[in-house]
Amino acid sequence: MDQAEATEKIVAALKKKAKTKSKFYFNDLAKILDEKPRAAKKFINAMVIDEVLEYWSSGSTSMYGLKGAGKQSAGEGED
Amino acid sequence: MAKFETPFLDQLETGPWPSFVSDLKQEAESRAKNERNIEYQIPQDCCDDLLGVVELSYKHGRTHWKHGGIVGVFGYGGGVIGRYCDQPEMFPGVAAFHTMRVNQPSGKFYTTKFLEDLCELWERRGSGLTNMHGATGDIIFLGTTTEQLEEVFWELGHNLNQDIGGSGSNLRTPSCCIGQARCEYACFDTQDICHDLTNEYQDELHRPAFPYKFKFKFDGCPNCCVASIARSDLSFIGTWRDDIRIDQKAVKAYIGGEFPPNAGAHAGRDWGPFDIQKEVIDLCPTKCMRYEDGKLEVNTPECTRCMHCINVMPRALRVGNDKGASLLVGAKAPILDGAQMATLLVPFIKIESPYTEIKETVIEPIWDWWMEEGKNRERLGELIKREGFQKVLEVTGFKADPRMIKEPRSNPYVFWKEDEVPGGFKRDINEFRKFHQR
Ligand code: HEM
Ligand code: HEM
Ligand code: SF4
Ligand code: SF4
Repeated sequence: MDQAEATEKIVAALKKKAKTKSKFYFNDLAKILDEKPRAAKKFINAMVIDEVLEYWSSGSTSMYGLKGAGKQSAGEGED
Repeated sequence: MAKFETPFLDQLETGPWPSFVSDLKQEAESRAKNERNIEYQIPQDCCDDLLGVVELSYKHGRTHWKHGGIVGVFGYGGGVIGRYCDQPEMFPGVAAFHTMRVNQPSGKFYTTKFLEDLCELWERRGSGLTNMHGATGDIIFLGTTTEQLEEVFWELGHNLNQDIGGSGSNLRTPSCCIGQARCEYACFDTQDICHDLTNEYQDELHRPAFPYKFKFKFDGCPNCCVASIARSDLSFIGTWRDDIRIDQKAVKAYIGGEFPPNAGAHAGRDWGPFDIQKEVIDLCPTKCMRYEDGKLEVNTPECTRCMHCINVMPRALRVGNDKGASLLVGAKAPILDGAQMATLLVPFIKIESPYTEIKETVIEPIWDWWMEEGKNRERLGELIKREGFQKVLEVTGFKADPRMIKEPRSNPYVFWKEDEVPGGFKRDINEFRKFHQR
C-alpha cells in the first residue's frame, strides 16, 4: 500500500462514520488500514503532516479525527 | 484590590501548609502591578479570573472546566493539554487556559539563568503559574491561550534549546533520580540513560500510536526516589550483585555514637543511644545480618537490597561494586483498574551506553506486543494481567525465574508449554500402567 492509497482508505472510512463518530483511536485506524501498528503509524503520521487528520487529546488519551470534523466539545443531543 | 471575593479559597489558606491559593493571589497581584513592564500576551488578569472560577466551583460544588481538545503544536500529538472554561463570559481571562508540559532536564538540574529564562517566557506568553514538577516529572506551564502555544514552542526550541514533553497516548517524558551526579548510592548513570532514551524515542514521545500512556522511570538504587516501582510501565532500579561493602571501623563508630544514624535525619527528638540490634539487624526484612564479636556480617544471597541498613549507616555500609539494575514492568495508578506495583522482569542487567540490549530485548519487543494486543486505554500492566506474565517472557525471550514470583495466583504464575517439556504432554499409557493401577 502506498501513502495515497492509505489516505484514501482512511478518509473514506472516517467519512462513512462521520454522522455518529468524529474521533478515533489509533488502533481503529490501524484496523482500517489492516496494517500492524508500526507500519500504520508511518501512514497516519504523514496524514497529520498533510493536514488530512488532526490529533485530539483529553490530556491522558489521544485520538484522531478528520481535520475540522466534530466540534471542540460536541453537544449532547443539543444541536 | 482583588477582582473577585473568594471566601472559600481564603479559608483554604488558613491551614498549616503553604497554599496554592496564596501563590495564585501573589501572581495576580504581581501581574496587576507589572513592575517590570512585561508585555503580557494573554489577559493580564488571568490569575484573578482563575481565582474567580475556582471559587465558583467551590460554591457550585462542580467544575467549570472542560477537558481536552484539538490543541497542540503542529506535528506533535502531545505536550499540550487543552483546558477551556465553561463560563467564558464571566471569566474571559481563562476562557482558554491550556497546560503545556516541558521536558525537564535529567535529574532536574537547572542553572539559575535557565530557570529565569523559563519564568520570563511564561510570564510573558502564559499565566506565569508553574508546577515544578508534575506527576510525570515535567515542568508544567499552567494556562495559556491557543494562539500562544506555537509561540511558546518556538521560543523554547529556538531560544532555550528545550523540547516539550509527553501527554496523551504516547511515551511520557522519561524521568530519573538525581543519580551519580550527587548520590553515592546510584548503581548506574540514571541521567545518561534517561537522556539517551528521551532522544532515541522522540517519535514515540511526540506522535501518539500507543493504546495509552507509557512511562519509563530510572532510580539509581532501591530507595526509589522517583518511585519508578509504583509509577512507571518500565522501571529501572539500580542494584548490585556482590556483597555490601562494610567498613567495620565505621560500624563501631556508629555504635559508639561518633556518627549520627541516618546522617542525623531523625535528630528532631532524643531517641536514646543508637542500638544496632534494634534499629538495623532486627529490621532487616530477610534477617540476613548479624553483629557478633564486634563484626557486622551480611549473608549476601539472602539480602534483598532493601537499602535499610545502608540508609541507617551510610558511612559504614556501601552498595557493592558489581552494579547494574533490575527491570520491572507494569506499574500504574488507579484510573481504569486498581493501582498496581511493578513486577520483576529482568533480575539483573548491566546498564551501559549505548543501551542496545535494553532497547532491543526489552523495550521494543514489549512495545510491539502491547501496540498489537493492547486494548484502547489499556496500560501495559493491565495487558499483562489479562494475557499473563508468560506472554511478556515469550515476547522478550527472558526465562522464567523464581525471583519473578512473589506469590502464586495474585502475581505472575508461569506454566509449562508442551514443547518445553521433554516428551511433551502425551505419555505411553502402557508404560504408565506398569507402575500405577487404574
Ligand atoms: C474537577 C475538575 C478536574 C478533574 C476531575 C480533573 C481530573 C484529572 C485527572 C483524572 C488527571 C489525570 C489524567 C491522567 O494523567 O490520566 C488530571 C490531570 C491533569 N489535570 Fe485535571 N482535572 C480537573 C481540573 C483541572 C484543571 C482546572 C486544570 C488546569 C487549570 C487541570 C489540569 C490538569 C493537568 C495539568 C494534569 C496533568 C498533571 C501532571 O502532568 O502531573 N485539571 N486531571
Ligand atoms: C515440593 C512440593 C510441592 C510444591 C512445590 C507445591 C507447589 C504448589 C503450588 C505452587 C500450588 C499452586 C497453589 C495455588 O495456585 O494456589 C500447589 C497447589 C496444590 N498442591 Fe502443592 N506443592 C507441593 C507438594 C504438594 C503435596 C505433597 C500435596 C498433597 C499431598 C500438594 C497438594 C496441592 C493441592 C491439593 C493443590 C491445589 C490447591 C488448590 O488449587 O486449591 N502439594 N502446590
Ligand atoms: S534513587 Fe537511590 S541513587 Fe537515586 S537519588 Fe535516590 S537514593 Fe540516590
Ligand atoms: S539491604 Fe536490607 S535486606 Fe540487605 S542486609 Fe541490609 S537490611 Fe538486610
